[in-house]
Amino acid sequence: MSATPVLALRGISKRFGAVQALTDVELEIHAGEVVALVGDNGAGKSTLVKVIAGVGPADDGVIEWEGRPVQVARPHDAQHLGVATVYQDLALCDNLDVVGNLFLGREIRRFGVLDEVEMERRSRELLNTLSIRIPSVRIPIASLSGGQRQTVAIARSLLGEPKVVILDEPTAALGVEQTAQVLDLVERLRERGLGVILISHNMADVKAVADRVGVLRLGRNNGFFDVRSTSQEEIIAAITGATDNAVTRRRARSPEASK
Amino acid sequence: MSAKMTKEPSGQGRHAVDAPPAAANAVHPVDPRLLVRQQGFKGYLTESLRKLRSGELGSLPVVLGLAIIWAIFQIKDSAFLSAENLSNLSINIVGTGLIAVGIVFVLLLGEIDLSVGSVSGLSAAIFAVLNVNQGMPEWQAVLVAIGSGALIGVVQGFFFAKVGVPAFVVTLAGLLAWNGLMLQVLGSSGTINIDDSGFVAKLTSYYFTDVGAAYGLAAAAVLLYFLTAFSDNRRRARAAIPSRPTSEIVLRTVGLAVPTFLAAYVLNQYKGLPLALLIFLAVIVLLEFVLRRTPYGRKIFALGGSVEAASRSGINVARVRISVFAISGGMAAIGGLFIASQIAAANQSAGGGNLLMNAIAAAVIGGTSLFGGRGSTWSALLGSLVIGSISSGMALLGVAAAVNFMITGAVLLAAAVIDSISRRTQKVSGRA
Ligand SMILES: Nc1ncnc2c1ncn2[C@@H]1O[C@H](COP(=O)(O)OP(=O)(O)OP(=O)(O)O)[C@@H](O)[C@H]1O
Ligand SMILES: [Mg+2]
Repeated sequence: MSATPVLALRGISKRFGAVQALTDVELEIHAGEVVALVGDNGAGKSTLVKVIAGVGPADDGVIEWEGRPVQVARPHDAQHLGVATVYQDLALCDNLDVVGNLFLGREIRRFGVLDEVEMERRSRELLNTLSIRIPSVRIPIASLSGGQRQTVAIARSLLGEPKVVILDEPTAALGVEQTAQVLDLVERLRERGLGVILISHNMADVKAVADRVGVLRLGRNNGFFDVRSTSQEEIIAAITGATDNAVTRRRARSPEASK
Repeated sequence: MSAKMTKEPSGQGRHAVDAPPAAANAVHPVDPRLLVRQQGFKGYLTESLRKLRSGELGSLPVVLGLAIIWAIFQIKDSAFLSAENLSNLSINIVGTGLIAVGIVFVLLLGEIDLSVGSVSGLSAAIFAVLNVNQGMPEWQAVLVAIGSGALIGVVQGFFFAKVGVPAFVVTLAGLLAWNGLMLQVLGSSGTINIDDSGFVAKLTSYYFTDVGAAYGLAAAAVLLYFLTAFSDNRRRARAAIPSRPTSEIVLRTVGLAVPTFLAAYVLNQYKGLPLALLIFLAVIVLLEFVLRRTPYGRKIFALGGSVEAASRSGINVARVRISVFAISGGMAAIGGLFIASQIAAANQSAGGGNLLMNAIAAAVIGGTSLFGGRGSTWSALLGSLVIGSISSGMALLGVAAAVNFMITGAVLLAAAVIDSISRRTQKVSGRA
């Protein structure tokens, strides 16, 4: 693992009117590392993702790319740096087909005209290498199931050969098999030397693939943990902000459930 | 989302993401349960039927509707399908049709432009004043008139895209304001007759009388269609992605050739190929190409599908929106010149009446969705043919304009109903 992180956030703050969604948030992602970002509903995870992706720039703070401070004011800036994002709400165009969505914003041209043949060929190739199975690459996105849309959104993020991939709750809508595939995919991205930010509410998923866990609580950092040396309880305590919380109380009531 | 199952058939087990496909028949990322299209001609038929059932009606309703309308009028008055009447119809629809082409672009964004009628009238007035009163060369006056229309579109687009005023309010204000500007430009005279022998007057009165012109155009269109479809297919086959069977391409080509040559034959029975129709078709083909085959067109469709997705993928939303309103304004101006050409004058009532309604109705009747993201410039041709046929037939039968309005209104409602229902069907069958 290299010494300088590919992507580092320093003192990121962001407000929405009366809501201080993020306060002085720090985050570092190294190449070949999977960082899980966890926190309760409304903790600010998605907001942080949008800051990095240039969709909702921060009010305050610095984003460093490979050690240099950079401006990420528009989605284009983030794409240009090599940050690919899969949003929680997916953001696909229902009326376009799978190929159209995969290549949206970076269409392949041939004499200035859309090269549908090449785009379709590459789409099939990509979906193939990711073992993604969908009915046809030429049907509108609207006719895919939630999980299929999710896999298309993930495939889409990988087209631009990114260096950092951000996945905002990628497995939330997925079945058992697809979840396993996404987790495999995350590991494969790490092997390829990409940095991955994985947002998830599922502790099992986090423990399975993440190297480090960063906890956000009420828009602030609430500790970073090494996955191998930290118990699930410690992470949950950081998420809820107390060792005595609804989760531990529940476990105490039914000790066999916590094994 | 629908409750469609996402789980794979059991027994496949978990395998690594980069593992080679488990079986030889899994070479393509195609779910074995769905939509695996049969090869050959039978596959084409079943595919088409499936699309129809799931609400992808395309231009089928409007073509059927047109056939019914023509049959009714022909039964009532045998002059309706005469070469003369059809030839005149093909010229009469061009003004409204060109405006409708611009409306198609705006509708694709899921927006509306209510100013196109006024803009078309203003454009005619600007042209007439510059050319007739000020003596500016005709081609310059034409360019200024069209440029003004596009500029108006940019201004309206700016208020919509940058300031955030709803498009229908901006263009409603435009409807009034540009009409006022037209009255101002025309001044006290009220009516300016344009030069009978000039280029603009020729727009709707010139015919290519040589029979070869109409047939040649038909042949060129059919050949062009066949060659692009064929070479496209060859490229697909070479890239080892699914291609259409040649029989399907041949069938589609024949399907195009029959109406095209029939139209050419009918036009040649009268005075030949009208220049106006040639320009209308050229504009439709060109702009359809822009919509389907260029990155710019893809951006328009993307915005009609999801503004959020479009902007996150780096599309400059404001710029596309402004440009689309510029196209709409520019097309309205061009349409206005054709309408002025027909009456050989620019006058105070130009761009008023039911022109705006007809242009919007034409786009919707032709099959462009009111909900954005679905449509084609061809719907401007089909829709304005329907509207033009109704008013031409009514005039032939000597029915009052009042009835004409009511029938056109009913047809528009029918088209909007079809649009809404097909959208719902598509939702149910998971296609919208
Ligand atoms: N566009 C917005 N306008 C106003 N407030 C917002 C906006 N987006 C997010 N917020 C607020 O910011 C806070 C953080 O929201 P965010 O979506 O980042 O949470 P999250 O950690 O992703 O939660 P979840 O786990 O439910 O996805 C919430 O209080 C939310 O209400
Ligand atoms: Mg979230």
